[in-house]
Amino acid sequence: MAQFPLDVNGHSRTIEADGEMPLLWALRDLLQLTGTKYGCGIGMCGACTVHLDGATVRSCQTTVADARGKKVTTIEGLGETEIHVVQRAWIAEQVPQCGYCQSGQIMSAAALLAQKPHPTDAEIDDAMTGNICRCATYFRIRKAIHTAAQEMRA
Amino acid sequence: MKIDLKEPLETPDSADTGARKINRRVFLGAGAAAAAGGALVIGFTLRRHFGHAGIADESAGKVAVGNPFDAWIHLQPDGSAELVLAQSEMGQGVYTALPMLLAEEADLDWKRVRVVQSEFSLGTGGSGSVRSNYLPLRQAGAMVRTVMIAAAARQWGVAESECTTLNSEVLHAGSNRRVGYGALVPAARAMPLPDAKNVKLKDPAHFVLIGKPTPHLDIPDKCTGAARFGLDVRLPGMVYAVIARCPTFGGTPAKFDATKALAVPGVLQVFEIPAKGYRVFTAGGIAVVAKSTWAAMQGSKALQITWNRGPHSTESTDMLRAQMKEALAHAPAWTSDAQGVNLDNVPASRRVESVYEFPFLAHACMEPMNITAHLREGKCEVWAPSQTADSMRSVIAKELELPESSVTVHTTLMGGGFGRRYQYDFPAEVAQIAKHVEVPVQLVWTREDDMTHDFYRPAGMRRMRGALDATGNIVAWSDHLADVPLNYQWADPGKRKPDGSELPGRPVYPITEYRTGFTPIESAVPRAWWRSVETSFNGLAVECFTDELAHAAGEDPYRFRRRQLQLPEIQRTRGKDEGPPPDRNRLIAVLDLAAQKGDWGKPLGPHRGRGIACTTNYAYLAQVAEVTVENDTIRVDRLVTVVDCGQVVNPNGARSQLEGGMLFTLSSILKEAITIRDGAVEQKNFDDYSVLRMPEAPALETWFIESHAEPHGLGEAAVGLTGPAVANAIFAATGKRLRRMPFRMDESTA
Repeated sequence: MAQFPLDVNGHSRTIEADGEMPLLWALRDLLQLTGTKYGCGIGMCGACTVHLDGATVRSCQTTVADARGKKVTTIEGLGETEIHVVQRAWIAEQVPQCGYCQSGQIMSAAALLAQKPHPTDAEIDDAMTGNICRCATYFRIRKAIHTAAQEMRA
Repeated sequence: MKIDLKEPLETPDSADTGARKINRRVFLGAGAAAAAGGALVIGFTLRRHFGHAGIADESAGKVAVGNPFDAWIHLQPDGSAELVLAQSEMGQGVYTALPMLLAEEADLDWKRVRVVQSEFSLGTGGSGSVRSNYLPLRQAGAMVRTVMIAAAARQWGVAESECTTLNSEVLHAGSNRRVGYGALVPAARAMPLPDAKNVKLKDPAHFVLIGKPTPHLDIPDKCTGAARFGLDVRLPGMVYAVIARCPTFGGTPAKFDATKALAVPGVLQVFEIPAKGYRVFTAGGIAVVAKSTWAAMQGSKALQITWNRGPHSTESTDMLRAQMKEALAHAPAWTSDAQGVNLDNVPASRRVESVYEFPFLAHACMEPMNITAHLREGKCEVWAPSQTADSMRSVIAKELELPESSVTVHTTLMGGGFGRRYQYDFPAEVAQIAKHVEVPVQLVWTREDDMTHDFYRPAGMRRMRGALDATGNIVAWSDHLADVPLNYQWADPGKRKPDGSELPGRPVYPITEYRTGFTPIESAVPRAWWRSVETSFNGLAVECFTDELAHAAGEDPYRFRRRQLQLPEIQRTRGKDEGPPPDRNRLIAVLDLAAQKGDWGKPLGPHRGRGIACTTNYAYLAQVAEVTVENDTIRVDRLVTVVDCGQVVNPNGARSQLEGGMLFTLSSILKEAITIRDGAVEQKNFDDYSVLRMPEAPALETWFIESHAEPHGLGEAAVGLTGPAVANAIFAATGKRLRRMPFRMDESTA
């Protein structure tokens, strides 16, 4: 066990953990940031997606040691001062059903749009293929990404 | 579809008393709920459905001990309204659709309506929430409106008939006066409530809320990370538990060494919990309790366990398939009509025979099973992502040897249900663990636990045989199903016998000679309800085989169905479980619109095809699927669904449920299978249990037939439809009939 300073959503936090602890569990169990979800633990479902210095990572496959010195952004901090354009689009298109995977979906979509403000369907497929939704809201997710892209253009 | 209405049976006083017994949790909206005192409180009962899920213990039926109600309306003096509901929300949108019913008839200001989850929850499943609550909630709303008008009319000294209501206000046009509902609450509390049977319901033509696409109240929180699911329960001082279970069904720990597990930093305790038998069905195993979920998982991995693999350790999918094939080569163990004519002797000009096959399926909810409990001083408080919290309370109370009144179960949001959260295994386990732990404990199933210890959709095979006369009409149809039945899991162990419960209802097409047969296949693999239950495998067989008959008749599959639906009904006595016959005209209407919207008959490019299917399960539905099959790869391009579900309450939610149902099904028929080897499930996680992902999701179109008929539930409606539409489209594209799920172009039935 050691002390790890972490920069989470713009706040510096110090946790006491084994350096091998996945960031997912540090966020959920030690920092009470439960918006980031556990789905598979092997990087196959995307429910735990967060941003590390703006790029998507699976927090179940990222150790707290890996996260040290980097900016961690979770669903709770995505919008900074106000709700993020992707979250607005998700609400406008009424995407979530059970909602469990949607934090990860939104984090993946936000990273995609930061890189490619006008993604094609193929680019959406590529960026979102790692995020499973068992309620299968894919059709609305695709619409919401296009809606967010449009709003960013406006 | 029958609505079994139990009418509101309250007086304001008794309702008030009842309501105070609920430890309410504000589910939506800001701020704390006002105390029930001071509000107008109306309690009523909603029909209990899905009775099959109740535990054998009779006391499970008492949803709130000593309380005559299971739903409440609180109309506050500030003009806001709360609907306290016992239904579970798992993404199906009932927390929006149900208050819409109330608000419509009560003329409530929608912006001031919120939903509160009661401390217990009724069984939520079978696509029943909107269907069975449509009338009771509207009646309750009409009672609110009636009593508000009565209070205002008395205050103003005018006739009730001169008053109208709008947006939580009573209006009197003659004197240009208006008063808010909130201000009328004190007077209304002292007035008798009208008889539910006599309150006037709105003419559906005048609905202002019902039928309008309405945003789901729970969606904003699900987009910001604020929504709390079962796994998100965080309590002061809480610990986490993971259970190491024997991979084989029925296996038990022979011995274990916890030394290494206890050496993992954060691990607090290790102990054995025994397996539980009939109806609860837990695997038992070694529980590891730790300060974090991660430590509990690491501790569990560090356990050294020697398993006694149990009596079923040789079971395999290969073995089960061999038994199914053998069963289909013989007469069924049960037949619907043992004395009927031999179908082989029915004169026919063409005969068709096919064998269909379906695998075990996992629910694979995105949120693995979990539950949190705190046992102290003879009371147990539980937080459960549950489709049936009231039954879970019974299970937990029984395990802890406590009266049910000492157990409180809070229903949390849940990350998927699909039937899995009807089971009693995880509640029984957390009760076993709580006995060893003095602080709140959250039992977490790993994804691997969830995948390998699910209650699976049954696996089976069936032989379908059909015969056509010279005019292409169906003169014989038989269906011999051999599967690992649900009722052998859930029937009292002494009362298991083969029956027709897992077979489909008689097809809607006129069939002269019809017979079904069933042969059970014994297995240790646990089975239970999976979205739409047996419709998930029956729907596909019926509508694919209909397609096969259409092609055998040399007729376009849409025209064939349409023509069959216009033939005279076969005169026969309907079975007592059959209910009234479906309205064929409603089915023809959805079929026609699906063909039109789905561009039926219009040319498609090479390697492409369209398939059609229709059903009267859950509602009247038809679907056209468009697929491309290239290099043995199946891609579904477009699904067009038309539904007549009676009155659509919230088109936004209804569409959402149909879209989800279509793609959940597509995932199952194209990708999913659970296989058994050496008595254990072979798939462990989403790397070897593939599910539908974004690139495989087709374009979806949903059309509703406008109707004010009684509403049907839509959570499961698409499940029996998308499978056959897609399979029929694959046949149209390639000329190859696929019959074994999950579908592969190089299908082998060996």
